[in-house]
Amino acid sequence: MSERDVILEVEDVHKSFGGLAAVAGATFDVERSSITALIGPNGAGKTTLFHVVSGFYKPDHGAVRLDGERIDGSPTHRIVRRGLVRTFQLTKALTRMSVLDNMLVAAPAQPGERMWRVFATPGAVKRREEEVHERALELLSLVGLERLADDYAAVLSGGQRKLLEFARALMTEPSLVMLDEPMAGVNPSLGVELLEHMRELQRERGTTFLLIEHDIDVVMTVSERVVVMSSGAVIADGPPDDVRRNEAVIDAYLGSPHAHEEVHEIAGESSS
Amino acid sequence: MTELLQLVVNGLVTGSIIAIAAIGLSLVYGILKIVNFAHGDYLTLGAFVAFTVNVTWGFGMAGAALAAIVAVALVGFGLERGLWRPLRRRGSGLIGLFIVSIGLALVLRNVILLVWGARPRRYDVDVFQVYELGPIRLSQSQLVVIVVASTAITLVGLMLARTRLGKGMRALADNRQLAAATGIDADRITTYTWLLAAGLAGLGGVLQGLLQNAFTPSMGFTLLLPIFAAVILGGVGSAYGALVGGLVLGLVMEVSTWSALAGGIPSVYKPVVAFAVLIGVLVLRPQGVLGRARTV
Repeated sequence: MSERDVILEVEDVHKSFGGLAAVAGATFDVERSSITALIGPNGAGKTTLFHVVSGFYKPDHGAVRLDGERIDGSPTHRIVRRGLVRTFQLTKALTRMSVLDNMLVAAPAQPGERMWRVFATPGAVKRREEEVHERALELLSLVGLERLADDYAAVLSGGQRKLLEFARALMTEPSLVMLDEPMAGVNPSLGVELLEHMRELQRERGTTFLLIEHDIDVVMTVSERVVVMSSGAVIADGPPDDVRRNEAVIDAYLGSPHAHEEVHEIAGESSS
Repeated sequence: MTELLQLVVNGLVTGSIIAIAAIGLSLVYGILKIVNFAHGDYLTLGAFVAFTVNVTWGFGMAGAALAAIVAVALVGFGLERGLWRPLRRRGSGLIGLFIVSIGLALVLRNVILLVWGARPRRYDVDVFQVYELGPIRLSQSQLVVIVVASTAITLVGLMLARTRLGKGMRALADNRQLAAATGIDADRITTYTWLLAAGLAGLGGVLQGLLQNAFTPSMGFTLLLPIFAAVILGGVGSAYGALVGGLVLGLVMEVSTWSALAGGIPSVYKPVVAFAVLIGVLVLRPQGVLGRARTV
C-alpha cells in the first residue's frame, strides 16, 4: 500500500440527512494519474459522496484528504483552486453568460484578478488573458462547441451543456477531475471522443479522473480501478475484472430493483 | 418640438438616477436573492451625509458626494456582515429577508430623522445657474446629474462586462452552486456587490437631492417604487436591464406631460404613467425588456 501514490483519500466518511444515512463509513482512495470509476445501484450514496469531497457538504464524521491535506469542510471554491474540480449529474450552465465566458470565469487566478494589476502590469495581464482565451477556445473545439462560443449558454441542448461542463472543469487546470455521469445524454460517438481525451490528459498531464458512471461498458473499458458503493459504504474496490466477479457486488445489484440490466452486464451474461 | 426635446432631456436626467439605484438593487437581488426594500433609504442616507459634509462642514459638492458614496458603501458592507450574512447562514428564505428589509428601511429612515430632523434640507449650490444648449435649458444640477450618472453607469457597465470581478458577479447571480464549483469565491464577490450597490445608492441619493433641490428623510422611499419598476421592467436580476428600465421609465414619466399628447398629463400623475407602461410591457414580455427566454 505504501508504494502507491495517492492523490485523494476518503476515510470513514459519514453523512446523514435526518434519519437517512446517505453515506455511512465510506473509505477508499484514488491513485494519482489514474482513471477510477465509482459505481453502485441508485441511492448508494455516490453523488452525496461527491458533494462531500467537493465541499458542498461537510461530512458528519471522517476525513477527506487531497495530496495528504484535509479538505473536508473547506469551501468549494478553495478546493477547486487546489486542483479538485467536479461536474454535476444534473448539468448546470451559467445560462445568462456566453459559452466563452462560461469558460473564462473558470480560469484559475490570473494577474487581472486584482483590479490594481490592470494598471500596474498591463502587459502581464494581457498576456495571461490571451493565454486563457486561447485555452478556452481549444477546449471548446475539443468538445465541438467552438462555433457556439459567442452564443448564450441558455441556448445549448442538454447534451451540449454536459460537454460544456466537461470543458469548463478542465479549464480550471485541475489535477483531479470528478465527473458525475459524464456520458449520460451525450451522443455515443462524441462520448468515445471524450473518453479518448480523458486518456490523453491522463497520459500527457497526469490528470486524475474519478467518475460516476452507469454505463458498465464504459466503466470496464476506461477505468483502471472500480470502487463499488452500496447503501452508503464501499463494498468492493479493485481492478474491473475482479470487481465484475465479486459476489458482494452482484448481490448489491440484485438487491436493487432498478439495476437488473446492469447486473447481467456485470456478471458477464449478456455482454462482453 | 422644443418642448419635446426638453422633456426628453429631463427624462434622461430623472431616468439616470433611477438607473443608478436600480442597477444596485438588481445586483443585490440577482446575487444574494434579497429584495432590498431599504434600498431607497440607502439613497436618503447618501443625500444627508453629503448635506453634512457640504453645508455643516462647508466642503464642496464633489467632496460631499465622495464622502456619501464611501459612507453608504461602508454602511452597506456593515449591514451585510452584521445582518444579511448571519441571516443567510441560518437559511432565511426570500420572504423572510424581504420582511427584514422592510424593517431595516423603517429603522434607517427613523435614524436619519433622528439625526437630521424632518426639515427639508438643501445643498449649498447655486440653484439659479442655467445653461442653454440650443433650445434646451439645463440647470446646473441637471447637467451635473447627467454627466456624473452617465459616467458612473458606463464604468459599472464596463466593469460587469470586462473584468473578472464583473464576470464573477454575473456568474454568481446565474448559479451560485456552479459558480462555487468553478472556483469563484462567493463571499468575496458578495462584499464587492454590497460596496458597489450601496456606493451607487449613495451617489444616486446625492444626485436626487441636487435635482429636487430640497429633500426630506422620505426622499428615498418615494423613489423606491420607480426603482423597483425599473428593475422589473428591465428583467429582474439583469444589471443591464435595470439600466435600460431606469432610462425608459424616466423618459416615459417626463414625456407623458407633453402638451401635444392630448394636452399632456398633469405631472402629479407621472408615476401612474410609469406603472401603466410597466404593466403593459410585462403583459407583452413577462421576462422584462432584456430578460432572456431560455430553455429549461
